[in-house]
Amino acid sequence: MIKYFAGLLLGMLLGMVAASTLLYFNPLASRISLSPLSVSNNEILSVGYSAVPTDSIVYTNNGESRIKPHPENIRELWEAPIRRSEVLVTIVTDSRNNPAGIGIKFSSDSEKSRLINGEALVDSAWHIHLVERGSLFVEQTENYWNYLRKIVVPAYWSTANHWKGLWNGNMTVGPGALGTAAVSGGTGEFAGLESEAVEAVSASAYSVSQGPVSMEGRLNIDLTGNVELTATDIIDR
Amino acid sequence: MLKTIIFGFLLGIVGTVAAAYYVPVVDQYRESSVISVAPNGGNMESFRINVPTDRIMIGAPMQAEPLPPGLRWPTEEMFDGVRVELFKVRNTRDTVIGVASRMVADSDQIADSVEWVVHLPARGTFYVTMPAQPADGDRRVGSMRAGTREFRPMQGAVSERWVPNTDNDDPDAPDGHIELVTSLVGTFSDDVTETALTEGAL
Repeated sequence: MIKYFAGLLLGMLLGMVAASTLLYFNPLASRISLSPLSVSNNEILSVGYSAVPTDSIVYTNNGESRIKPHPENIRELWEAPIRRSEVLVTIVTDSRNNPAGIGIKFSSDSEKSRLINGEALVDSAWHIHLVERGSLFVEQTENYWNYLRKIVVPAYWSTANHWKGLWNGNMTVGPGALGTAAVSGGTGEFAGLESEAVEAVSASAYSVSQGPVSMEGRLNIDLTGNVELTATDIIDR
Repeated sequence: MLKTIIFGFLLGIVGTVAAAYYVPVVDQYRESSVISVAPNGGNMESFRINVPTDRIMIGAPMQAEPLPPGLRWPTEEMFDGVRVELFKVRNTRDTVIGVASRMVADSDQIADSVEWVVHLPARGTFYVTMPAQPADGDRRVGSMRAGTREFRPMQGAVSERWVPNTDNDDPDAPDGHIELVTSLVGTFSDDVTETALTEGAL
């Protein structure tokens, strides 16, 4: 009887390992999507920022993450309703990397995350003010699955607890039907704007103890309006 | 014996896949909302920010004592007219339920404004713009420009007011609080209604 029970447990363990491996290496979940804005003829506003917390003006989270708040004495988001959230305040730059304004990014883990679909989702919102131009609000859902698989997990597997390489990826997967973020203009030249955006990340170094060491983000915002692309447009380009 | 192992193997696969599908990876903590119905339709909700206890950051040029200590505001002249504050946001039961940014822009090129983004992780985020000048001396009234999730189908007005503390007996009492009051009404379209129906919200 004990022999059969041990066999059942062994089989279950093997099955769990096999299923977990299949989920982790699921090729259907690791697709790199093409940004519809990259093949659009519309006028695009490109806004960059450093995604390294120590480069920011302030960064805060619950204080228990490996990525430490910056500066050191900033208040942490430890209360239960906000402990799965983080806030980044940073200088945003234009396409030539000159300072252009201030960006505030609020991010919270999304309850829509489903590992079986390769979805590690984060609901985020940008509040961006471009000096002498105006303000924008960008709402998006981001998928960190590929980022975790290609950067964070390899850093943990590395004997040096470090990842180095080059990884580029679009983080935005919604709420737009084409995987775009929703943009609402607030003031200045952006007042009344309803448009779309895509946030992309370029990473080259990650440390287990510090988080991102060299990583830049870029928001490409369509200033013209809705992006209307057909499958034929994308293939043609 | 082999059949038992194979059965266990299949059970392990099915169990793992079922757990990955049904067990939520994230479960945001929710405080029940304190919303009242307005007499003329829509709903009203009040948020408060105790000052200075809920203030996370003040970003402004040339501060003698920056908050948080060690904050380095950009020194470029172009940022002189921008002031950014970060706060924790409370409901009327004085429980922290979110975070918010307040941005004031003073510019020659565009109209001066006050902007709020209130981020409530379990509910959504909304973006408000207000004129720089208060409407009736102490209250600024602006409009909600955009909202996400719960606030997506809503529109309406949002007011901001500074309420000083009058209780001089309590030495631990805050200096006062910022009161944000939303007065929102739903703008349900057929599309939104269908979405809500499929998600079981209605």
